[in-house]
Amino acid sequence: MTRRPGKGRRQIALKDRLTPVLISLASVVVVFGAIAWFVGSAPQWPRIQLQFFSIEAMVEAAPGVARGFLVSLQIWLVSLVCIGIWALILAIFRAMTGPWFAPLRVFAIVYVDLFRGLPALLLVLLFGFGIPALNLPGLPREGLFWGGIALILSYSAYATEVYRSGIEAVHEGQSMAAKSLGLTQWQTLRYAILPQALRNVVPAMLNLVVALQKDVALLSVLGVRDAVREAQIYTARTFNYSSLVVAAVLFLLATIPLARLTDHLQRKDRQRRLQGAL
Amino acid sequence: MHRVEIEKLTKFYGERQVLDQIDLSVSDHEVVCLIGASGSGKSTLLRCINGLTEFDEGSIRIDGVDIYDESFGRTGLYKKVGIVFQAYNLFPTMSVLQNITLAPIKVHGRARADAEAAAMKLLDLFGLGQYAKSYPEQLSGGQQQRVAIVRSLATEPEVLLLDEVTAALDPELIGEVLKIIHDLKQTGMTMVIVTHEMAFARDVADRVCFLDGGRIIEQGAPRQLFSNPENPRTQKFLQRIIESGRLAALS
Repeated sequence: MTRRPGKGRRQIALKDRLTPVLISLASVVVVFGAIAWFVGSAPQWPRIQLQFFSIEAMVEAAPGVARGFLVSLQIWLVSLVCIGIWALILAIFRAMTGPWFAPLRVFAIVYVDLFRGLPALLLVLLFGFGIPALNLPGLPREGLFWGGIALILSYSAYATEVYRSGIEAVHEGQSMAAKSLGLTQWQTLRYAILPQALRNVVPAMLNLVVALQKDVALLSVLGVRDAVREAQIYTARTFNYSSLVVAAVLFLLATIPLARLTDHLQRKDRQRRLQGAL
Repeated sequence: MHRVEIEKLTKFYGERQVLDQIDLSVSDHEVVCLIGASGSGKSTLLRCINGLTEFDEGSIRIDGVDIYDESFGRTGLYKKVGIVFQAYNLFPTMSVLQNITLAPIKVHGRARADAEAAAMKLLDLFGLGQYAKSYPEQLSGGQQQRVAIVRSLATEPEVLLLDEVTAALDPELIGEVLKIIHDLKQTGMTMVIVTHEMAFARDVADRVCFLDGGRIIEQGAPRQLFSNPENPRTQKFLQRIIESGRLAALS
């Protein structure tokens, strides 16, 4: 018997593929359309629209908020680099076994316990107001600098744990092979374990990247003129909250693509692991 | 002189004794196969020989020198004794060539060009030359295991330990790995092999040791041990192997 991939087969396949897409589209339109109609027809809607979604106010507030958002982005990027490096160093401290490395290991453990246990806002206040108030000679006094340090210290604790889980997920056979080849513990980490660990942790790390992007807004309590602060300034002047909505939109524009990228990488990673298990 | 001399080797995992007063000597160019059921201590014994696993009592000497002697330095033992694992344990983020040259360059300080040339020569010798730039996950299990063997040969060991190197492979891929081991025997490599492939053990071994409960119960030339086992436990073990169809009955 011969099997021919006939024309009919493919047409059915196309129809089969299209139907679920159409159903999804229709149901999305119906559900969200209903919500929009319900909200829009509520008696309070015009007031809400004026307070939060006034186009006029948005246009007026946009330049300031956008300028603030650029500040947010800069803080975010600089902190990211510092966190990535500092947390990696801590994770390596943590991964070094052997009696001589005990102080480094203990330091890393205490560090993570401490900074993961404290609210980021508390650290921002403590560092951002507390340290400049000491008037220490030779140290910067800007809230921006010390607030950034607080964020870096706090997020490094989480990032260290992410790195550590990545290191521990590397199969034990890898370090055994490295040892049998005569590599030192550091060489084993550097050449065999860390490259695999870093590949393992990319999706989890991107989650932190997204979280940090939002937490940069904490620095606004120090008077740093980021997006949220700029929006607040406008609100304080006009009693209109549309500027905060502008800031919200900017944050979403930055974080949603990152979240999608994380999902995508996670999916790819899962596929790679499944293939590896076959 | 004996390449490897193991004397009264004893090891506990917690309360459980896995090695019980093992005595075993391996001569130069000799191929010794360790057989026995899972949990009989074969792999543990193998890993003691190159210091991957620590033991509680007894001693191991390589060329007459205790493996914990200071004259080995940090890397001397690993250079003299190579090991290949069941799960290959190649480094997935490195190409085949990088896997093979890592230890020669980073541990033994060879120049990169020198190490790469030597690695290419070995790869060509084992018919793997075209995979030098490939990554482990692009290769079949049999190819990965052959690369792992080449990697352990790159430091020019005098003794090679093989720990169930075909156990993770599909049946049709086992042959290519076993052939390499046969070839190595021809070059005079001293080898200690843990294996479940009885037919292979019979072909390649100069001596077969049957382990049970952490002891070497019986040892001898393969022809003798497989045809006329003396110890009842060896007889029972081989009977089970024959019944499961993994070894043709011997007359």
